[in-house]
Amino acid sequence: MAFLCKWCSYTGADLAGTSRMEYKPNVHAIRVMCSGRIEPTFVLKAFRQGADGVLICGCHPGDCHYQEGNYKCLRRFHLLKRYVKQMGIEPERIKLEWISASEGKQYAELVNSFTQTITELGPCHIKETMEVLT
Amino acid sequence: MAEEKQKIKMAVYWGAACGGCCVSVLDVHEALFDVVAAADLVFWPIALDTKYQDVEDMPDGFIDLTLYNGAVRNSENEHIAKLLRQKSKILVAYGSCSHMGGIPGLANFSTKEEIFDRVYHDTESTINTERVVPQPEFEVAEGVLELPVFYNDVRTLADVVEVDYFMPGCPPQTARLVEVFTAIVTGAELPPPGSVIGAGDKAQCDECSRKKTENKGVKKFYRPWEVVDDGETCFLEQGILCMGPATRTGCDFRCIQGNAPCRGCYGPTPDSTDPGAKMMSAIASVIDEKEPVAIDKVLDDLVDPAGYFYRYSLPSSYIRRKMS
Repeated sequence: MAFLCKWCSYTGADLAGTSRMEYKPNVHAIRVMCSGRIEPTFVLKAFRQGADGVLICGCHPGDCHYQEGNYKCLRRFHLLKRYVKQMGIEPERIKLEWISASEGKQYAELVNSFTQTITELGPCHIKETMEVLT
Repeated sequence: MAEEKQKIKMAVYWGAACGGCCVSVLDVHEALFDVVAAADLVFWPIALDTKYQDVEDMPDGFIDLTLYNGAVRNSENEHIAKLLRQKSKILVAYGSCSHMGGIPGLANFSTKEEIFDRVYHDTESTINTERVVPQPEFEVAEGVLELPVFYNDVRTLADVVEVDYFMPGCPPQTARLVEVFTAIVTGAELPPPGSVIGAGDKAQCDECSRKKTENKGVKKFYRPWEVVDDGETCFLEQGILCMGPATRTGCDFRCIQGNAPCRGCYGPTPDSTDPGAKMMSAIASVIDEKEPVAIDKVLDDLVDPAGYFYRYSLPSSYIRRKMS
C-alpha cells in the first residue's frame, strides 16, 4: 500500500508510468492531497485490512505545496514506528521517502527495493491475528 | 387518581472490573432513594445477594435496563454477558472497560502464557515448586470442580454480544448516569441503538478552560512530576502529555479541574475510529522539530507511547493486541 502526495510523489509515480519504466506491480497507490494528510489511522487500517507494508511518499523537505505538511508527516512517521515496534510489528514494514515530481526513476527503484524488503520479511499476519479472538 | 407508576427492572453486573463503576452507581448518594423508587434492582452482585441462577430463571427480556461494566476477560464474563443480553431489553456497556477494554485491556500487550508465567511462577514472592496453575476443570473425589477459562485476548462487551448503548468513563460520571437513567425511566426518546450516550460529541480541548495559544510547539515532553504546573496553561503547551485532543467531553473535566492531564477514559470523539492513532497525530503536530534526529530526541521522552495512547482502548483499536 502506498500513500502518495498529489503534488510531488504521485506526479513522480505518474512520470515513472508515462516514461514506461518497469517496476514491481505489488504496490497499490493512493493519492492524497498532502503527505501531512496521511494519518496514523490510515496506516493502521491498511495493516488491519491485510497490507504487508505501507509506503508513504511526500515532497522533499522545504518543497511541500502546503509548506509544512511533510514535516508533520515525518514526525508522525517517527512516532508511528515506535508504536508499531511496541505492538510486535517490524518497523521496516513502514517506509517514508521523499519523491519529487521529476523523480520517476527514484520512485520505480523505491518500489522495487521496498517490495524486496517486504518479500524478505514475509507476509504480515495482523489481519488474521485481529480477526480471531483467542 | 393516577395509576401507580410501573417500576423498571434494573441489573448491574461487573465483568473484569475494579468495582469503581458499581461504586459510581452508589455515588448518586441520597438520589439512590429516587432510583429505588423508580427501579427494582433485580441483580447487582456488589450490593445484593442474588445468584446467577436467579437470572437464569427470569424470562427473556425481563430486565428493562442492564449496566454491564468491566471487560470480558474469561468465560464467566462472557457467559453472563450473553445471559444478560438475553434477559435484558436495554443493555448498556457501562464504563471504559466494557466500552473499549479499559485498563484490563492493557493485558493485550501480553499473552495468556506470559501472564500465567509471571503470576504463578516468576513473581518475586511466589514459591510454586510443583508448578501448579489453575485448570478450568479438576477432578476430586466429590466430582469435577470448575473454574472460568482465562482468555488470551481481553474483549470489549461489543465483541461478545450486541450492545444497545455505550456509556464511557472510568467510571462514568454519576451525573451522566442520572441523566440517562431519568431518560429511560420517563420514557424519553432514546438515540438509535449502538450510540454513545452520557457523553459529549466534542473533544476535551474544544471546551477546556485552560489557556491555549496558537503557538503550539514542544521541544521536550515531561512526566507530570518533572514540572511545576502553573495551574492555568494548556498541559500540552507545558510539554505534559494530555489526551484532551483525542478524547470526548462528558466527564466535566474532573481530572483537569484537579490539575491532572486527561488520560482518555471517555474514549475517542465520534469522528475517530482509533483513539491512539488520533492522539499520535495530535502529538506529532505539536512537536517543534524538523530534523529526524531532533524529532527522535523529543520522542525519547515518551516512555511508553502505545501504553499511553491506548491506555483505555487497546482491545477496541485496529491493532488490538501485541503481535507475537
